[in-house]
Amino acid sequence: MMKRDQCFRILARHVTDQAVVATYSSAVDWVEVSPRPLNYLSIGAMGLDSSHGLGLALGRPDKRVVVLQGDGSLLMNLGSLVTIAAAAPKNLVHFVAHNDTYEANGGHPIPNPKVDFAAMAKSAGYKATYDFSDLRMFEQQIGHVLEQQGPVFATLHVEPSKPLKYDYESLYDPAKRKAFRELWQAR
Amino acid sequence: MEATATRAEAAARVLNGAGIIAAIKASGIEYILSVPDIVTSAGLLAPIAKDKDLRLIRVCKEDECIGIATGLAYSGKRALTLIQHTGFLDSINAIRGVAVEYKQPICMMIGLLQHDPEKAPRQSPRYGVRIVEPILDDMGIAHHLLSVDTDIAQIKPAIDKAYAESHPVALLIGRSPKQS
Repeated sequence: MMKRDQCFRILARHVTDQAVVATYSSAVDWVEVSPRPLNYLSIGAMGLDSSHGLGLALGRPDKRVVVLQGDGSLLMNLGSLVTIAAAAPKNLVHFVAHNDTYEANGGHPIPNPKVDFAAMAKSAGYKATYDFSDLRMFEQQIGHVLEQQGPVFATLHVEPSKPLKYDYESLYDPAKRKAFRELWQAR
Repeated sequence: MEATATRAEAAARVLNGAGIIAAIKASGIEYILSVPDIVTSAGLLAPIAKDKDLRLIRVCKEDECIGIATGLAYSGKRALTLIQHTGFLDSINAIRGVAVEYKQPICMMIGLLQHDPEKAPRQSPRYGVRIVEPILDDMGIAHHLLSVDTDIAQIKPAIDKAYAESHPVALLIGRSPKQS
């Protein structure tokens, strides 16, 4: 089983000028690994990260967007898989960190840990889907995953992490939102 | 004389979909994000779906619109969320968190299902309709009621202001827009 922060360290080596959309535990781990102005973290609750990612991808088709969503978040917005597939942004890569838990809300299990998100994304109509449980395989394929024509979906099967510190004031800092906007709109 | 007055009264009680769509375009809206709403289905959504100047993104659930519109706004693009008041009520947390607390220019056009256009929404016998304006007031969201053609003039200033000041706005559709 992989660890989310290990996956993100590998991912960070391949991320250049993409917007990275992340919430909750994924946001905490991602910011630790890759603090950068093109991180988009002010998303609100209830799984809207994938929808924000779609908006960014549609708004800047000349740039690429990476969504780092948790399994609990995606379960709250499963319809977004169908919406994203129908809108078909070529520049969107959508990861879900599948650790079987609502980690930010006490580590309780999701209703069915066996849910197959990659299969759902495939049947929703994503162009390509992946399912990673092995870190070496993830490291070998991540470059290809990020460069493919989207929408692309990848499940990362990861362990629940050690207890994290959720500094929402820093994550949701309005100054960071402003910096992101200016950089994202720049030609 | 009486027949003329009746015709004039009837004409005043019309809300033309084509006029609303023209105002949406004049407001710089490029994207329409929508779950079908029976109030606006024929007069707005159907013609918008055929309109080459607007890109329609059909979503599965209304709160998705709030995220998509925000991502578009961060990209410098304007979007209009076209939904029914039931979908608005279902999306309250997303509107609270993203549109209000993060001060995002989320422009919502909301059909008031089963509303009698001759009544004020606050006076509606329908509980779901009656609570819409008080909820918007409590959330500090500006709102405008569109029931007749003369109300269409409110659309562009409301959308321009939302984007200029980065705050949400609700345009309530109080009468089923007429198809052109």
